[in-house]
Amino acid sequence: MPSPVQVRCCDASGCRSAGSQALRNALEGARDAAGLDPSQLTIKPVGCLRLCGSGPLVACDGPGPTQLFGGMAPEQAGALIAAALPSSPAPGSGDPLAAHRLDLEAPFFALQRPVVLEGCGQVDPESIDDAIAFGTYAQLQRVLQELSPEQVRDEVRRSGLRGRGGAGYPTGLKWDTVALQPPGPRYVVCNADEGDPGAFMDRSVLESDPHRLIEGMAIAAYAVGAERGFVYVRAEYPLAIERLRLALQQARSRHLLGNHIHGTSFNLRLEVRVGAGAYVCGEETALLLSIQGQRGMPQPRPPFPAQSGLWGAPTLINNVETFTAVPAILRQGGDWYAAMGTAHSKGTKVFALSGAVVNTGLVEVPMGTSLRTVVELIGGGVPDGSPIKAVQTGGPSGGCIPAERLDTPVDYESLVELGSMMGSGGMVVMGQSTSMPEVARHFMGFSVNESCGKCVPCRAGTVQLAQLLDRFVERRATSADMERLDALCQMVKVTSLCGLGQSAPNPVLSTLRWFRHEYEAACREPSGCVATGRVR
Amino acid sequence: MAVVTLNVNGQDVAVPAGASLLEATRAAAADVPTLCHLDGLNPVSSCRLCLVEVEGSTKLLPACSTAAAEGMVVHTHTPRLKEYRRMTVELFFAEGNHVCAVCVANTHCELQDMAVTVGMDHSRFPYQYPQRPVDASHPQFTLDHNRCILCTRCVRVCDEIEGAHVWDIGSRGGQCHIVAGLDEPWGQVQACTSCGKCVEVCPTGALFRNTDTTAEKQPDASLPALLRSARDQHRWHNQ
Repeated sequence: MPSPVQVRCCDASGCRSAGSQALRNALEGARDAAGLDPSQLTIKPVGCLRLCGSGPLVACDGPGPTQLFGGMAPEQAGALIAAALPSSPAPGSGDPLAAHRLDLEAPFFALQRPVVLEGCGQVDPESIDDAIAFGTYAQLQRVLQELSPEQVRDEVRRSGLRGRGGAGYPTGLKWDTVALQPPGPRYVVCNADEGDPGAFMDRSVLESDPHRLIEGMAIAAYAVGAERGFVYVRAEYPLAIERLRLALQQARSRHLLGNHIHGTSFNLRLEVRVGAGAYVCGEETALLLSIQGQRGMPQPRPPFPAQSGLWGAPTLINNVETFTAVPAILRQGGDWYAAMGTAHSKGTKVFALSGAVVNTGLVEVPMGTSLRTVVELIGGGVPDGSPIKAVQTGGPSGGCIPAERLDTPVDYESLVELGSMMGSGGMVVMGQSTSMPEVARHFMGFSVNESCGKCVPCRAGTVQLAQLLDRFVERRATSADMERLDALCQMVKVTSLCGLGQSAPNPVLSTLRWFRHEYEAACREPSGCVATGRVR
Repeated sequence: MAVVTLNVNGQDVAVPAGASLLEATRAAAADVPTLCHLDGLNPVSSCRLCLVEVEGSTKLLPACSTAAAEGMVVHTHTPRLKEYRRMTVELFFAEGNHVCAVCVANTHCELQDMAVTVGMDHSRFPYQYPQRPVDASHPQFTLDHNRCILCTRCVRVCDEIEGAHVWDIGSRGGQCHIVAGLDEPWGQVQACTSCGKCVEVCPTGALFRNTDTTAEKQPDASLPALLRSARDQHRWHNQ
């Protein structure tokens, strides 16, 4: 049993950069100074506590309600230990930590619905015992001992879960496609190459609850008949890689990976593969080539990886969030998951909220929650209280949604209708001072740098688009540039080989759609851009 | 032999099952333009010129790497396809340094011909004038990066037909370039057999024999198809 008082210190990248390790050391020192030993007060490093912008975060669980503190300095360790103890007086006017106290009843916390993030901030990411005590791996055991692969796939199909990497392909259908391929070797691959600027959901899951991901992948491997799998993590996530490797090692030593798992005939080997810094390797066919040691370049589909992936074998490839949702779906049932969300987008989605917003951090809400709820209520709106101008979703593949459309429910179809996309879940809030042509140029610059160079519309088209956008940002564009921008965006979108190129013009197209006047105002002769007829 | 029948530009055609859409469009004499594709090499669908419209598909499909299927209705020269092809060729010209008047491949250049085919008389996109080197380290051949369009025919013919895999692609995006060996001067790559297949298949004047000067390059791009059929069927064309 855990001791009655537990202090959870966030030890994920965000809070680490705010000094959480020094704080934890100071807390341990303060505990010793107070004459307490670990059995009376445990100090536990945990994963993400959500409100990354107010780090370092510390949560205190005692006999009373959980208290959360943000922006703590090591000097305040003594006061924090005092506040954590049950004998501490009720917070009043004399509370030295009043300024650091975060209200867990505030919309940011109260409106969240943790499913994927269930264990984030609860478990010690470096301890398998803690994960097992929290219930991780219980579903793997149940699945292996009680369910057939068909029953597992049936449950996932009933949940209505769709790929959380951005495209939203029905997960159950993908699993069936892999499982129903002719007999032979199969692979499971987890796409953890989270490259969208402003997206840090997968990193947080990997750093906070790696065992949950491993459990989800193992269940998936059992359901599709795979005995080998890879987690492809980008090299920019060193802490995530370290924790995932440790977690895999721990799982192997407990025989939760390897041969004859739980005494059944199910075997699974999982390995980490580290990316080398190419955004395009988040595209599934490029990712698979990269795992095989080749240059990461997208391939024409079909054949889809589900038919012919790693070394020509059927390969199941899902995103971190998708796999991590699986254990909860099997525990609570597919119908429970499908009860959340909208008609076509079920369950919950994790968003990484950042930009011009009061509450920066991780948010998990049911699908169909309105954008306004997410950015204004949960996010707290723009820090200076001015109205929001736009919300960018989907990173360089997505678009900007204007303030007047904030009542749109967040689901795959609605966002596409607005010219954006769900993407992996990055959500960047923009205030009134943001210039839309500059936003478009920023993302186009990203696509120019990250184009793999295989197909000409993406390789050369994005360069031309970036130069055209330069002209708008520098206010030297003409009406002819406007036409060229429209035409080239369409061409790159329609003719590029992979999703990266096809969606590279989205930031331009969506800002052209909702904020065309800003482009027109950037023309040398503003009147000339509106009417392109003959000059009198 | 199993056969699929489909409709290309209003004309019904029958092709062997497993044939590509490109073969089907040829059966209908539809003249779908291609640059990266070469018979005898695996398709990569990178030049995007062979994109066609298939009814029922929301996306344009590359004819070279899409399998022909029973009942497909294909359109190869719709106005928007023509416009995209012209823009594609403009992008090719704008991204490199293509100066026909001093090029070894002048009058035997597939890019030059393509400009005529798609009706490109000028580029609407500004020329980029990139700084690109020339590799003249090989005793017999030269690689002029200025004229390279990254079709990867040389990469594929060397890998798939010659089996030497001297060529590959280095860097990314607009910085992409063909590399010899481990990004060494071509002349120092011991794997190179100096067979010259890369020179024969190069659609432009990027790869040429040192003895060729302006407008003298006369490549033979049919080589991979001949070699592949010779190997697959154990029969040479002159037998």
